[in-house]
Amino acid sequence: MSETDKLPSGRARINSLEMRGITKRFPGVLASDHVDFDVKSGEVHALLGENGAGKSTLMKILYGLYHPDEGEVLINGKPVRISSPTDSINLGIGMIHQHFMLVQTMTVAENVALGLPSSRGALTDLDRVSKRIVELADIYGLRIDPSAYIWQLSVGQQQRVEIIKALYRGAALLILDEPTAVLTPQEVDELFVIMNQMVRDGHGLVFISHKLHEVVEISHRISVLRDGRMIGTRLTSETTKQDLANWMVGREVGFTPDRGQVECGGPRLQLKDVSCGSDRGTPGLRGISIDVCSGEILGIAGVSGNGQRELAETITGLRKTTGGQVFLEGNDITGFSPSDVTDRMLSYIPEERMRDGMIKDFTVAENMILREHEKMPYSRYGFLNLREISQHADQLIKKFHVKTPSRETHAKNLSGGNIQKIVLAREIFRTPRVIIAAQPTRGLDIGATEYVREQLLEQRKQGVAIMLISEDLDEILALSDRIAVIYEGQVMDIVPRAEATPAKLGLLMAGVHPEETPA
Amino acid sequence: MQQKLGSLFDALLPVIATLAALAVGAVMLLFLKVNPVEAYAALWDGAFGSSNAFAETLVKATPLLLVGIGICISFRGDVINIGGEGQMIIGAVLATWVGLNFTGLPGWLTITLSMMAGFLGGAIWGGIPGVLKAYFSVNEILSTVMMNAIAVQLMNFLLRGPMIDPAQAEMASQIPQTARLEEIFRLPRLAPTRLHLGALIAVIFAVLVYILLWRTTLGYRIRAVGQNPHASRYAGIKVQRYMVLALLLSGAFAGLAGATQVFGVNYRMITDGSSSGFTGSAGFNGIVAALFGGLHPILTIPASILFGALLVGANKMQRVVQVPSALITALNGLVVVFVVSSEIIRKRRQRRREAVAKRDDETPPPAVEAGNKKIQQAEVGS
Repeated sequence: MSETDKLPSGRARINSLEMRGITKRFPGVLASDHVDFDVKSGEVHALLGENGAGKSTLMKILYGLYHPDEGEVLINGKPVRISSPTDSINLGIGMIHQHFMLVQTMTVAENVALGLPSSRGALTDLDRVSKRIVELADIYGLRIDPSAYIWQLSVGQQQRVEIIKALYRGAALLILDEPTAVLTPQEVDELFVIMNQMVRDGHGLVFISHKLHEVVEISHRISVLRDGRMIGTRLTSETTKQDLANWMVGREVGFTPDRGQVECGGPRLQLKDVSCGSDRGTPGLRGISIDVCSGEILGIAGVSGNGQRELAETITGLRKTTGGQVFLEGNDITGFSPSDVTDRMLSYIPEERMRDGMIKDFTVAENMILREHEKMPYSRYGFLNLREISQHADQLIKKFHVKTPSRETHAKNLSGGNIQKIVLAREIFRTPRVIIAAQPTRGLDIGATEYVREQLLEQRKQGVAIMLISEDLDEILALSDRIAVIYEGQVMDIVPRAEATPAKLGLLMAGVHPEETPA
Repeated sequence: MQQKLGSLFDALLPVIATLAALAVGAVMLLFLKVNPVEAYAALWDGAFGSSNAFAETLVKATPLLLVGIGICISFRGDVINIGGEGQMIIGAVLATWVGLNFTGLPGWLTITLSMMAGFLGGAIWGGIPGVLKAYFSVNEILSTVMMNAIAVQLMNFLLRGPMIDPAQAEMASQIPQTARLEEIFRLPRLAPTRLHLGALIAVIFAVLVYILLWRTTLGYRIRAVGQNPHASRYAGIKVQRYMVLALLLSGAFAGLAGATQVFGVNYRMITDGSSSGFTGSAGFNGIVAALFGGLHPILTIPASILFGALLVGANKMQRVVQVPSALITALNGLVVVFVVSSEIIRKRRQRRREAVAKRDDETPPPAVEAGNKKIQQAEVGS
């Protein structure tokens, strides 16, 4: 073995890894249908596909969590047998899961050492582990303190611990399962720096994502899966985002949905100098004044944690204001309870739909009436009217194309996109006057995202006033009529769509007024 | 077909688990040099062998069922009520007081008032920890257990002091018991056995609680708060209020259980100074019955009968084959352990089924596929 075959971590490279004709059947579903996939050392190979396209199945097979019904895996041209994650780790394959596998109350070094035999037998060897972590961190540019506790670390730093864990175990090839889903834009940039460094050093990376711009930015090759079949593999330099989106969904995808001009009616939602506290006890909102007109989408842009959550919660009555007033169609609703606000026909699509918008162990039908369960016709004299509730559910399932085995299925068994469709159906069907939509497409695949956006635009056409709170700048730009940028609980500026550019918004989001900066 | 067999297996799982527990019990019996067949025959005979035996089983099952349906409410609301014992005691005290003092009224009216007093007493004793939990974040497991201790001492004080049977007060024995209820104030018997109206009341309430939980707005809210308080708040539900209600209702049914024990079985409140001396531990065993019934009020009916049968049959078994009473306790414990463990098997099977359903869900159903003909035509690469 020559010196060039070694990685900086001292492990042998995996020059090539091939998966040939991988087939995996689940009862009733062909999750993977004769799929070929390969990764070489020194490249990022992106794997694209909608939810349920078979990305996870394929990677779980590679990591030894599933066993393929047909097909084989070859490393450096030789067939290998992977029957458990232990096998795959020994072969030099590492996986960074979307949800971190870290013990919050332990230190970085303890987490890395967890599950490995100690070099001192029964005694711990955390000092040796720490030393090795520092070595690896130096080589790969991962700044991390081995004695820090996981709960002290940001999400981005925790991800780095996961990467170190994999490198410590000798990973030459890393599978990153939607690593950017949980990161802020800055953290994504930092991750990409690390990924580029690893690739230069001879690692092979599999990057799973459905964010097209990231895939185009970081990868060398792109493969697209759909319905368990490999649609094709291309060099990144030879494709466009539009092609990839069409590939994934299997049809033309409109990136900027058509939206006719709608005359702005009177202001339906008005905030006057509203302030409130945050969960940490610090001020959440500091004197926000905004109007949202009928037939308008007002985008709220900003880096996460600058008051978005507090803004939505004060308007909907879930959080107490400490100052200022909220008006709905001219009526003061400051200090109203959530149910009073709901009664005034304000609808809310909450940011954390699984926590706030949905009861997992309730049926689809029960979730459909969550906001109006005590009202006619769903409830009469304190008794639930099951016939009305069922009809209502069937109607919404049909109208909003919710994919569910039945209305009696528990919500937890549905995919994220379908859960959001239930929330959307419930909030839109009651013909609201105002909609607060917080991160309405976060975590959804392209098809579902498109659907949610179309529905919001349809509501706008109906004259509903919509406040769209999103950290996705593309989404803000695609949907909004005006864009308000918030920073540290204050409105930096409100920009009409025509004058908004990503660069201008970016500066505002960072707390800088464009005119203040020297040209 | 396979699916049908699967769900049949799930339904029979508690029965299979019970039989497995009895099999382990058989081994223990063999060690004691007792013929297990003979012992279990005695157990069966004691629980179901005659109309008297069966009536006795139902009498034992009655408080278990009443406590159990209360447990269904509180556990569904994610409030853990370990205070059934204390709630039974307070309910019984209040009911007994009404029964002994409102003697000028017609029998049916005094009985009704007494049962309502029992309900109320349990509701108060459950409501206090409910308020503490909802508004002061006091852990309800801790507070309900503590409320049990308070109830016992209160009972001992009352039954030895203010409420003591005047006859006992004069004697040196001073057994802590109240005076006997007059005959017209007792719950009527349903058959020429000890079976009393309380059993019927319990079954009726089990059905009513089922309706409450799944057919009323109140039940919807209790379950919503239990499953997800965040989403409940978003839905406009006053979360704390329903937490209190869940524990209060749970306590109320335990209180009613206590009242039926006095008015249907003993005709007086009597204890040996301990909590179980009055309740027979029904306040705890009711929890087991409810869990056995999957926290479903209707399924708690057979679960209560099973545990009632074990209690009654075990007595007979003890007499016939001369085994130590500790073995009977061990046998009861085995049944609980096996059934609770079998729940894990059921859950795992359910998870697997749901995982399959989820995967099915991710491939478009035919209806959607047909609607998307256009999509397929536009397929890239064709």
